[in-house]
Parts: sequence; structure tokens; C-alpha cells
Amino acid sequence: MREVAIVGIGQTPVDEHWDKTLRLLAGEAIFAALNDAGRDQVDGLFVGNMMSGELSRQESLGALIADWIGLPGIEAMKIEAACGSGAAAARAGMMAVASGEMDSVLVVGVEKMTDSLPSETTSGLATAADADYEAAQGLSFVAINALAMQRYLYVSGWKHTDFAPFSINSHANAVHNPYARLQEAITEEEYHKARMIAAPINLLDASPTGDGAAALLLVPREYLRPTTRGYDGRGRPVITIAGSASATDTIALHDRRDPTWLRAAELSAQRAYAQAGVGPQEIDLFELHDAFSIMSALSLEACGFAERGQGPRLGLEGQITLSGRIPICTRGGLKARGHPVGATGVYQMVEVVQQLRGEAGATQVEGARVGMAQNIGGSGATIVTHILTAL
Amino acid sequence: MEISRHWRLKKQRYSLIGEVCPHCDAKIFPPRDVCPECGQEARSEFAFSGRGQVYSHTTIYDAPAGYENNLPYTVALIKLDEGPIVTAQLTDLGAQPVEIGMPVEMVTRRIREDGDERGMLVYGYKFRPAWNAPIK
Repeated sequence: MREVAIVGIGQTPVDEHWDKTLRLLAGEAIFAALNDAGRDQVDGLFVGNMMSGELSRQESLGALIADWIGLPGIEAMKIEAACGSGAAAARAGMMAVASGEMDSVLVVGVEKMTDSLPSETTSGLATAADADYEAAQGLSFVAINALAMQRYLYVSGWKHTDFAPFSINSHANAVHNPYARLQEAITEEEYHKARMIAAPINLLDASPTGDGAAALLLVPREYLRPTTRGYDGRGRPVITIAGSASATDTIALHDRRDPTWLRAAELSAQRAYAQAGVGPQEIDLFELHDAFSIMSALSLEACGFAERGQGPRLGLEGQITLSGRIPICTRGGLKARGHPVGATGVYQMVEVVQQLRGEAGATQVEGARVGMAQNIGGSGATIVTHILTAL
Repeated sequence: MEISRHWRLKKQRYSLIGEVCPHCDAKIFPPRDVCPECGQEARSEFAFSGRGQVYSHTTIYDAPAGYENNLPYTVALIKLDEGPIVTAQLTDLGAQPVEIGMPVEMVTRRIREDGDERGMLVYGYKFRPAWNAPIK
């Protein structure tokens, strides 16, 4: 297996892009990534997307986007794993390069969500759940997360207010990210007063959706010229995918042995740690999947940053901020950068690359060398973990 | 949604028919042909009692398409007496606040209506408070 380097990154702002089609958004992120890499050779394209068929009446995104970016003829396909589609596509691209099958791979995550009525988007998101036994009972995706959070509060003894630091941290970081959907800070008081949407989840526990696209260009690390090994042609540290792993769990929350434990996060993180030869103590920052604040706690616990049932403590003790022990959601996370579902996993990886290159501006984690990104599909059914390293 | 898709789940929707594993005796709902407990084949039908307890709950204010007429409605994870957890709406709640551990029993209710799309009414299980059940 060849080591794989990320040599280009690109993203569009997460927003209501009423003037832009799905293919145009994808193209913007891709051209930005190619420009960032200073390369134009592409052997394959992997598209992370969840709902184009449901919301845009458009599938075959591989061909659609390859054609749009002027590369008809290349191999291209869509990879779908609900909200985990982005990182799943990145992992597929990584495998193509690592195996030797392809030498230069584009990964793009793209989602177009704001053309639809809210109830249609809600239905679309519910397709991440078990259609026959969860969605058919009228469950929204928010409700499924609320069921997990309600049970977590009951078992762990934490109060809803103990989750405020997760949302406050994400918003504070998004203020400095020009691509973020909500570039505004929130206060603890605002969090407490937010409208309840599915108790115990209120509006400031939940991430906003939006339109957006993010892209990566992957090449074998060995193809980078020996004289510049460690740096790319522009003097930036080369970013290597040191760990990449994906795991599954039951699709329905009710079928889990413990609905408050992300088994697939634990499995994929353990595999990624083993590949990279690191443990949680070596991770300098963690872009986790805070679609809802409960997921921040569950992810931190499953990945070994907190004991079981102790995830909220990291927030309350200030350990998740930029200067804390394990900074999370450093560019705003899903909560404030926004959650264009199938694109989110690629945004997370773009943001880790920014941190490791030292390009994160006011939200730079000093001396960051090892960063982790974790993307969750459904209520925990598919979870993809990547560990990236600089130098 | 397709009529056949609801029709073929009628045993589960109307009667909570699941499976029992012939190897380890685990009770399984919804039915799946590989036992989640022991990994062996399980295809023997088993009728659940319909009794259980609220394991978790929430109330929905923003419904998926097709469920707007029910708003707001309360949904729950129900831990059935036989072991498995199911996801379902709660009904007949009155002024009673929902709590984890509350005993409930299955009833058959209208789940959704397609409106003008196909004119189909979908019935299935919901759970209501079981006032006379002993609290475990």
C-alpha cells in the first residue's frame, strides 16, 4: 500500500446558494482544490453526496460532475453513506491511490439542500434511518438524536445545560471562518433560551443545513519530488493520510446494544489509531461530527478522549477550546460552519489540512501536527475516521 | 410510499410478530434472519405481548412529509418485556407527562395518510400508557 498525500483543498461557503446548481458548487470546490495543488492531472473522481436523487432528482453524480469540470472519460462515481458520505468518498479515493489503481484522485463532497421545502428536506434526512421501522413511525432525524440524548441524560445524570460549551465553542470558532454558515458567537444565555425542537434538543444543539461543496486532491506521497519531501512546491508541509478507517453499526438506534454508545466510532477510531501508530493523547485537534451536541459527547467518549458518560466534562472544563487539551470543531464544526450533509466529511478534512498547514488564521491550533476528522452517517450507522499528519 | 411495502409488514405493524432464535432463545423484533445475539439463523415466528416500558422519548414539532397532521406528537423507544427495543409513537397520553420507565402497551392506530397522493391510510402500532401494569 502506498502512502497517500492530500495536495490540494477547496471549499465553497456553506450557505443558501439559490443562484448555484449542484454541479456548479461541486465544480467551484474542485477547481479551488486543483488550483491549490497546482496540478491538473486527474485519474478518478469520487463524489460524496447523500440526497441528490431525493432533493434534486439527479443521480449519476460521478458522470455529471466529471462532465461539468471538463474531464469526461475519467472514472467517476458517487459514494453514499448518509451524512457520512463525504468521508466515505474520501476513503474510497484514498484506497484507489493507496492500492496503486489510480495516481491522482479528486474527492468532492457536495449537497444541495435549500431548493426543497423543509418537510421534504426532513423526509430526505430521515432516509438515513431505518425506513420501515424508524422513519415509517414518523420519526425525524432530529427526533432520533433526541431519543439518544434523552436516554443519555437519564443514564449519565448530566443536565441539558451541561452541553452548552459544545455549541458555544463551535460558534466562537466559526466567527473566524469565512466559509462558515453562521459566523456569529452565541452566549450561554442564548443557548438556554433557544426554542425547543425535539426535547431535550433545542435549536442551538442542532446544526444548520445548507448548500456547499468541499474537495481534496490525493496523490501518492512517493510521487512528490524527493528534494521537496516533507514540503510541497509552495513550501507548505505535505499532509499525509496516516489513518483511514470506516465501521458500521445497526442502522436503527433501537437495535443497538447501547443506544448511547457509538460502537462504529470506537471501531473506526481504534483502526485509524493503529494505522497511524498514535492514540488519543497524540491528537492535536479533532474535527468531530457535532450534528447535535449529544454527538460531540458520544464521539469524544467512543474515541477515547473521555470516559464513558463523561463527554460533557471536557466542554465544561474548557478542554475543547483552541487552547485546551483537545480542540474540537476548530473551524466551526457542523454546528456553525454548517452541515451540507454529504459534503460535511470533506469539509472536516479540508479544515484539518488547514490546521496542519498553519492556514487556520485566528483559529490556528499552535504546533498542530496530528489532526483527526470523524464523520457520522445516520445515528451512528456508518462512521469514518481519518487521521492526518504533517511532516 | 408503495402499498406493497406496507402490506408485507402487516404482521409486524398489526401484531408485533417478530422471531425467536431456536439456538439461544433470544426474542427478536423487528424480525431479522440472523440472530443478533448468537449470529445463527433465526426464522421462527414469535408474537410479542405488546407490553413494555418507555426507554426514551421526545416530542416532534417539525414533521417529515406525510406526518404533519399529527403535530405535535410524542415518539419513544419502547423496551418490550421480552427484551428488544422498538421505535413508535405514543398515544392516548392525556395530561400524563411521559417518563422513562413508564409502562406502556401496544395499540393499533393510524400512522400516516398520503393525502391526495394515493389516498392510502397506513395503520400500525403505537403505544399507550398501561395504567394497570405493575411497575418493574
